[in-house]
Amino acid sequence: MKVSYFPGCTLKNKAKQLDIYARKCAEVLGITLEEIEAWQCCGGVFTTSRDEVATKLSSVRALQAAKEKEQVLVSVCSACHNVIKQTNHAMQNDTEFADRVNRYNDVEYDGSTKVYHYLEMLRDLVGMDKIKEKVVNPLNGEKIAAYYGCLLLRPNSVMQMDDPENPTIIEDIIKALGGVPVIYPYRNECCGGYVTMDDPEFSRKKSENVVVSAKNGGASRIITACPLCKYNLDKQAPDIPVVYLTELLAEALGVKEDGDER
Amino acid sequence: MNDKLKNTRDEIVRISGVNPKKCMKCGKCTATCPAFDEMEYHPHQFVAMVENGDIQPLLESESLYRCLSCFACVDRCPRGVEPAKLVEAVRLTVIRKKGGNRLKTDDIPALLDENIPQQALVSALRKYAK
Ligand code: SF4
Ligand code: SF4
Ligand code: SF4
Ligand code: SF4
Repeated sequence: MKVSYFPGCTLKNKAKQLDIYARKCAEVLGITLEEIEAWQCCGGVFTTSRDEVATKLSSVRALQAAKEKEQVLVSVCSACHNVIKQTNHAMQNDTEFADRVNRYNDVEYDGSTKVYHYLEMLRDLVGMDKIKEKVVNPLNGEKIAAYYGCLLLRPNSVMQMDDPENPTIIEDIIKALGGVPVIYPYRNECCGGYVTMDDPEFSRKKSENVVVSAKNGGASRIITACPLCKYNLDKQAPDIPVVYLTELLAEALGVKEDGDER
Repeated sequence: MNDKLKNTRDEIVRISGVNPKKCMKCGKCTATCPAFDEMEYHPHQFVAMVENGDIQPLLESESLYRCLSCFACVDRCPRGVEPAKLVEAVRLTVIRKKGGNRLKTDDIPALLDENIPQQALVSALRKYAK
């Protein structure tokens, strides 16, 4: 099966492991991620104001590109996914906004593309049984803390990924890989996000809460799908590795390259 | 409220899409807000102050830049008020003004370190500059 893929700017730079292993693991699981041509950065955050149009055009173009290929649109970065999904929702539900957008673009986009986060692709298009079947290096009971942060789950009325207060999608994947998920209170609370650029001390406190909470649960690693989460958490986690979920998947599926640190 | 402030208030309500009158003042948004400690005006106060037209203090407040856009207040409000959208609309009102950028591009090099992801920069520019 082929899907349209929006990697995003960070996955081409600081978060290459998120991109490379997303592609390799998808191949193992029978899905080809076809990168959209000439995509543009989504901007990292969705501006909720209805009169903000220009900043949402890159997402609309990506959605339209997937529509033309009659494919679903997949992204791995939590932020890209959030921006694209919220934009798609606005195209479906806010006709005034949609009219304005369509006056900028050459073609009318109607909001009909289906948007998947990579995790949803694993759950809904691959399935846990298939993942289990493809595991060659099981995690052998390693305790892993899934960090959702905020962008994957909220706003729930739009994102509709999972129960926003008690999500299980990443935990189910950890189990399929032979690990033991750690359920800890801060897994869906914000890491401090972009405020690290304005008030690093404030962000530091938010990330510290998350890391301490995960460690208290006995985790040996924390996994995330968001480069900014990783950056913020890494700074507070000298003694516990924070890795991308695609890296964990790649280890278990046996496609992590030799020489890559475990 | 003078006409100018009234216009500003109406514009904030319009672009946010929020109806502050739906708020029942339960305070749950503020209780769940991870930026609560750092805000001089808390999410429930944003809602009440916009409704009352008490806009000027909000326009001048540092609280605008502490909001993480984490949408906790949006998801956990029992009345569907979506306070984060009001915070965003007030912030946009400030930064869209000439000279209103919070983050200046010249300031960015000093904020960088080796590991910072591109996402941090583009997100901060979206939130703190026009
Ligand atoms: S969220 Fe990030 S990585 Fe994704 S395109 Fe947007 S800014 Fe770049
Ligand atoms: S947890 Fe942090 S970086 Fe991650 S999604 Fe929230 S703000 Fe973004
Ligand atoms: S949670 Fe909703 S109803 Fe309660 S104070 Fe906040 S905005 Fe008002
Ligand atoms: S979106 Fe902003 S105001 Fe709402 S809970 Fe998060 S930080 Fe607080």
